[in-house]
Amino acid sequence: MSEASYPKDLLYHQEHDWVRLDPAGEWATFGITWYAQDPLGEVVFYDAPEVGSLLTKDESYAEIESVKAVSDVFAPMSGEVIEVNSAIADDPGVINDDPYGDGWLVKVRLSSVEEKEQLMDSAAYQALLGQ
Amino acid sequence: MSDMASAETAAQHAAGELGEEIIRPESPLGMTGETPQQRDGAVTIYEKSKPGRRAFFTPASEVPEVPLSDLIPGQFLRSNPAKLPEVSEPELVRHYTRISKRNFDLDSGFYPLGSCTMKHNPRLHERVAALPGNSRLHPLQADDHAQGALELMWNLQEALGEIAGLPHVSLQPSAGSHGELAGVLLTKAYHEDRGDKRTKVLTPDTAHGTNPATVTMCGYEVVKVGTNPDGGVDLDDLRAKADDQVACLMLTNPNTLGVFDGNIEEIASIVHGVGATLYYDGANLNAVMGISRPGDMGFDIVHFNLHKSFTQPHGGGGPGAGPIAVSERIEPYITRPQVIREEAEAGDQPRFVLDYDRPKSIGRLRGFQGNYGVFVRSYAYIRSLGAEGLRQASELAVLNANYLLARLKEEGVAEYLPVAFDRLCMHEFVLSGAPMKKELGIRTLDLAKRLLDHGYHPPTVYFPLLVEEALLIEPTETETKETLDLFADAVADILREAANDPTIAQSAPYSTPVRRLDEAAAAKTPVVRQPL
Repeated sequence: MSEASYPKDLLYHQEHDWVRLDPAGEWATFGITWYAQDPLGEVVFYDAPEVGSLLTKDESYAEIESVKAVSDVFAPMSGEVIEVNSAIADDPGVINDDPYGDGWLVKVRLSSVEEKEQLMDSAAYQALLGQ
Repeated sequence: MSDMASAETAAQHAAGELGEEIIRPESPLGMTGETPQQRDGAVTIYEKSKPGRRAFFTPASEVPEVPLSDLIPGQFLRSNPAKLPEVSEPELVRHYTRISKRNFDLDSGFYPLGSCTMKHNPRLHERVAALPGNSRLHPLQADDHAQGALELMWNLQEALGEIAGLPHVSLQPSAGSHGELAGVLLTKAYHEDRGDKRTKVLTPDTAHGTNPATVTMCGYEVVKVGTNPDGGVDLDDLRAKADDQVACLMLTNPNTLGVFDGNIEEIASIVHGVGATLYYDGANLNAVMGISRPGDMGFDIVHFNLHKSFTQPHGGGGPGAGPIAVSERIEPYITRPQVIREEAEAGDQPRFVLDYDRPKSIGRLRGFQGNYGVFVRSYAYIRSLGAEGLRQASELAVLNANYLLARLKEEGVAEYLPVAFDRLCMHEFVLSGAPMKKELGIRTLDLAKRLLDHGYHPPTVYFPLLVEEALLIEPTETETKETLDLFADAVADILREAANDPTIAQSAPYSTPVRRLDEAAAAKTPVVRQPL
């Protein structure tokens, strides 16, 4: 298991998701934070959305199953899925081991990039967690 | 034999002189008294099979034999014999005795598995259930030949209706989840009969996982309602979400936090105000039997877990019973057939019959009327305790839970395992292992596994989901103060041990037939078929 961390180059959503914006702001990568994966225990299954499906901010778009529970994953921003991380199927534990790297979940073409204004930076997110 | 003796008394040792005796990672004998060789050599009954071995040989038949193909059409006959294990009787007996000794059960020790109500199963009930009139009854016997059984079922319906405060009871559902299914199907039938199509069912975020599963199975959308700081339903959130698309609110009271929701009348009025039904998940009935009645609180439908509150032995998947009790407005839709009592002419006995004439019924939920042996045991429980006894059982369940909670609030435990919602609890309570994880480096799972070495079945862990590192403890009314004290001491000992060396708990258990299981591998690559 990885150590707790909240990279400064990411944006955060209160449902414990992170967003990595591409420099042009047209698309983004989503994943779940260290704080989200930690209480789940080892992840055993990632039920990914279809490429092409439309995500709505604050709504569930995928499920992650661990040895303890099945949890919804919420979209931090709206858009269309352009790629899913198919490597997770072979090694779901990568979500625990590298939540901000190889454990990314989807890449999304953003429909309203201004939604980023409602997300938190690393400091604000850690304040939310009380850390 | 000294090693075995010390294993058997692990719980007693735990009280005072804990430590290496209980760790014993290299101990030759585990709790089952098996050597490592015996443990490693554990094989299935199929692997013990040798062609031609038999546990029993049937004597030669005194009547002429007829070929099977003369009796059963060829297409129903198998071409190859079934692959059944072939073993001698002693091998057979030893195999299952060995397996049964590996089990942990209520007859072996304390089993505080929250929301499961693992209370003692009185032996009187077994005696009554084994009476030939009960045990040798055939489900296809005519009503006239099974009057005693039908009368018992009718009496049980009446008793459960009285306990619930709702007059109409169906015994058909065979589990709590099955009772929930019945309840939501009844809700659906009730709304649709009025031409009212509804789409959503509300469940609190403390709900048993079966609630949202049932809702989804019945074709409704699940809408979660939040919890207030006291551990009850968040009324503002409920008001915001209760609209004319809501078919039902499913509620457990007391809930899985062990908290009785004092706002229940307000909740009932909000739910009934939008025309929805109120469903009572009876999993936690053990806290309120004979004290308060769901029907009086405003509930329309209640399920009971006879295998929890009413002492049917359970665990390992059955057999259970999840009867439901419903209000007048739901009654037309209840399952078919129902056991009813027909009053007799003067001088004759009343008759008990199965009534199929129920045109609006949701129909059958299972073959026959349910697990009859469960009904016998639960009826024996209700009749042997009586109204006062049932009330006392609930009072003692609440007293025991509060006593154990008070012991676990002592210094040395409370710093690491604070109670999640600190108020007088009902029959169970939830601790959070979050500080334990942070300060001592052991998780709730590690504590649970280490409790096995102390001779206890662990409490429910990681449920309810809204409490971080949750530990849900339900001692039940049938445990003594001494047992509760020993358990509290064991928790304190494990925390002290972890402060010195967290790796001991992290690698526990040591004394069980198998060590820490790889749950992730089991989930990812399950092996569920026995190769023949």
